[in-house]
Parts: sequence; C-alpha cells; structure tokens
Amino acid sequence: MKTLVIAEHDNGVLKPETHKTMTAAVKLGFDVDLLLAGENLAAMSEKAASIAGVSNLLVADDTAYAHQLAENVADLVLSLSDNYSHIVASATTTGKNFMPRVAALLDVAQISEIIDVIDADTFKRPIYAGNAIATVKSLDTKKVITVRASSFDVAAEQAPVSVSAIDSKGSSGLSEFVSQEQTESERPELTAAPVVISGGRGMQNGENFALLNGIADKLGAAIGASRAAVDAGFVPNDMQVGQTGKIVAPDLYIAVGISGAIQHLAGMKDSKVIVAINKDPDAPIFQVADYGLVADLFDVLPELENAL
Amino acid sequence: MKILVPIKRVIDYNVKARVKADKSDVDLANVKMAMNPFCEIAIEEAIRLKEAGTATEVVAVTIGNKSSQEQLRTALALGADKAIHIETEEKLESLHVAKLLSKIVEQESPELVILGKQSIDSDNNQTGQMLAALTGRGQGTFASKVDVQSGTVNVTREVDGGLQTVALKLPAIVTTDLRLNEPRYASLPNIMKAKRKPLEVIAADSLGVDLAPRIQLVEVNEPEKRSAGIIVEDVATLVKKLKTEAKVI
Repeated sequence: MKTLVIAEHDNGVLKPETHKTMTAAVKLGFDVDLLLAGENLAAMSEKAASIAGVSNLLVADDTAYAHQLAENVADLVLSLSDNYSHIVASATTTGKNFMPRVAALLDVAQISEIIDVIDADTFKRPIYAGNAIATVKSLDTKKVITVRASSFDVAAEQAPVSVSAIDSKGSSGLSEFVSQEQTESERPELTAAPVVISGGRGMQNGENFALLNGIADKLGAAIGASRAAVDAGFVPNDMQVGQTGKIVAPDLYIAVGISGAIQHLAGMKDSKVIVAINKDPDAPIFQVADYGLVADLFDVLPELENAL
Repeated sequence: MKILVPIKRVIDYNVKARVKADKSDVDLANVKMAMNPFCEIAIEEAIRLKEAGTATEVVAVTIGNKSSQEQLRTALALGADKAIHIETEEKLESLHVAKLLSKIVEQESPELVILGKQSIDSDNNQTGQMLAALTGRGQGTFASKVDVQSGTVNVTREVDGGLQTVALKLPAIVTTDLRLNEPRYASLPNIMKAKRKPLEVIAADSLGVDLAPRIQLVEVNEPEKRSAGIIVEDVATLVKKLKTEAKVI
C-alpha cells in the first residue's frame, strides 16, 4: 500500500493546497510519493522534496504538462498508478479537472473533496452544499481521492528527499492550450489568505466593490463575493466564495451585504472568526457570525477603513 | 452537428436538505425536485448553439426513476428536440452514470456533449470528466465560454485565479460553470408543444453496464453547527473586539 499525491502549482510556486493535501495523504497511513508535473520545475523541486511526509519526489518536466491539461496529466498519472493503492490530489480546479479522468481510466469511483480521513478506505465529505456530511467507504481496491485543502493543516518541512525524473507520456492530441488570463491582483489568493472580505448583492454594483479595497489593503485580505453578486454581474466568478465557488477558511472572514444563503455558508463557515455587516437584522448570516453589525454598509465601510 | 445534454433531477436549489433521523441518508420524501442548475445552463448553451445555426439537433438524456421524465419534459419545453430516459430505481454513482452515458454517446454519436459541472446533491464534479475519459474525448470543464469552430471547440474555463482557454478536437465534452449563460424560462406554448416531442425510454440494465456499488454510504450526519455570536453596536466596538477578544487583527 502506497500513496501518490499530485502537487498543485503554477510552474513557479507550489500552492499551499499541496502542503495541506500532503497532511491528508499522510493520515492514510502509507508511504507517500509526491508527483510534480509541469514545465521548468527545477526551482520548485527542492521545495517539494522538503514537504514533511514525502518519501520520493517524482518530477515530470515537459511541455505537455505546462498547462496541466487534464488529458495529458491523466495519462501520466495512469502510467504511474500500478505502484499505488491511493491516488490523491487537492480539489482545486486543476485536481477536479484531471482526477475523475484518472478514476474512469482506472475503472474506479472517485471520492471527491474529503474533509476527514477515518481510515484508509473511509472518508468524510460534504454533500448537499455542506448541509450534510457523508461518511463513505470505498469498495474499490484502488482509491482516487480529492481533498478539500481548507480542512487540513499545512504539512511541516523536512530534509529534502531524493528526486526521480519521470518520462513524459507526451500530449494526447485531444486538447491544446490557447491562452491564460490571470486575474491581476496584488492581493493574496482567496484560498490562501488569512483574512477574506466578501461583498454580496447588497454592494449594489461592481464599482462599489472598490469600497472593500482600502479595508483589504489594511488587513492584507483577499476580496471575495457571494454567488448573488457574481450572478448579478458585479464581479468575476473566480471571486465567488461558496458551494459552487471557492471554499475558504481564513482566520477572519468579513461578509458585507451578504444575506447568508446556504450555498454561500458552505464556502466560508469553517472560518475561525466571522464578521457580518448587513442592514437586515434577520439576515441568516448573523446566525453564523461571531460579530454582527446591523448597519448600512455604505455608512460603515468608510468608517471601518478609517478605524483600522 | 448534434449536441447531447445529460441532465439530472435533484433537490430544488432553494430547499434545505435535511438528514434522516436514522442517519441513513438525506430525506428526499415530499421534497420539491427540479433540474440541477448547472444542467439548465447546459441545456441553454445547446439551444443557443442551435439558434445560432451551429447545432442541428439537441438531445436531452437523463438517468433515474420515472419521475425524472419531468425534467426531460422541461428540457424539451426549453428547446431540446428529443429526450432519452434511462430508467432505473438504483441510486447510481458518477462512474455508473458516465458509463451509461457513454453507451448513449455510442448510439447517438453527438459531436458535442454539454453537461453541468456538478450536481448540487452529491457535489461530486466527476461525470463529465469520466465520460470524456471513457469516450476518449477531450474535455473542457467549468466553461464560461464555448466557441465552436470547424473541427474544434474553444472552451474558456473558470480556473483558480483566472480564465484558461483550451482548444478541443471535436467530438468533445464540455461541462458548464455559472457564468456561461443565463438560462431562459419555458413558455406555456412550448410546454404544451414539449408533450408531443419524442421521449425514448431505455432500461438501464439493458445497456450492459456493471452497476454494482463502488462506494458504500456508511452514514450521513448534520454538519457541526456554528452558534451565533453577538451583535455589536458600532464600528469602533467591532474593531476593538477583533483586536482584543478575537485577536485576529
């Protein structure tokens, strides 16, 4: 029994999801190999080899993996799968993309977004937007698992382990990378930020989201949004916190003009401290908030920025 | 070109799921059911491609018990040309669903399959990717834009930190994200018309797919409750509490 974890990175930086997913993988109880697939990985390899729990670092450095195309990465993981009983990746948009492909090619079910490891076969995962927690047992001999990174701690560091180069399986020819548009931001990424401030439908329009900037600057916060704000076209979808967006668990989460729909709560209710600012005292968000402020956000936001 | 749109009947988006007292599952008795929201977006995209003259036929397919024909009729009312119901009483997993759908892909040979990225009940986010693997096709998941060219489809994907565009060789599989489009409502005349559109019923066990469970549902629990805190009267008190009590700023 042995576990393979596929690292999350952007060819330059290892994402914290990798370190958290390693923690989940170690809990399975077997040796863990970490696979780094991408292009120009030399600089990152040493860091990856130093994550606590990694027995061997496998590096597949090739153009075919530069953009983490699901078809190519799945073929690579499949080629390594004979050696592993458990194949694990974080439930990021990358992991969610290639892992079910791996599972289907192996003819096994995938266990998605686990939040706890009970034993090597049994896991907890949220269903119905986090309104229920299912305990599920995999009956397949090989397990394919994605991990909700926010539910696990960051793995510590260790002395770097040995690195083996893995042959590329090349490109599938089914898909090709065309372009990437990174959202330009000086701010931390939503899923990694210690503080998140999110706006909802109460923000009224996209321009008003600028009111959150000053506060975010002072707190070193990432800016998020509810699905209602995204659906209304105020802000892009990659800012969405919720069941269908990003799942976050920062030290401090500030919800501004967000009513607290089930689907939003599913994305932020594991935050350590929750602050809600809403003019409706009956808004459900107050039922999960540690500190609630019943007030008009347009009065309060400038005041909050000054007070920080 | 022909587009296949697999859809799913799920608990209505606005209904809060409740766990059964015996913890065996979520209680769906007498609960309002509806088409999965991401599936509505998939149907809408297919119909728009037909209206634009890119697609010639839209086929909706679902897997489930007899009641799921309701959602197929909705798809037909929205503009799908025909519907296929794969009938089963079993609770199936994503892998089973993908395998059954691959049989329909064999039968219908669609150039494009558009599915929702996930269903809001099991929240698996697997079926489209698995179907792509089983049919040997490329996949464009979490699409916010679908642009069909000759022989390829360009799919703009909602990825962490931005947007990624990939070109897929046709035939291909696309899964929808929220911002792809805004689904329309079915008009009354179209709802009436949908009743006369063809709906084929196929027994799931006639398709030669092993439907034995791969995952055992051990139990289902309520999530841990978070208790409400306090209401503060002004910004100054809030900042003070965050500094001295919660110690997070």
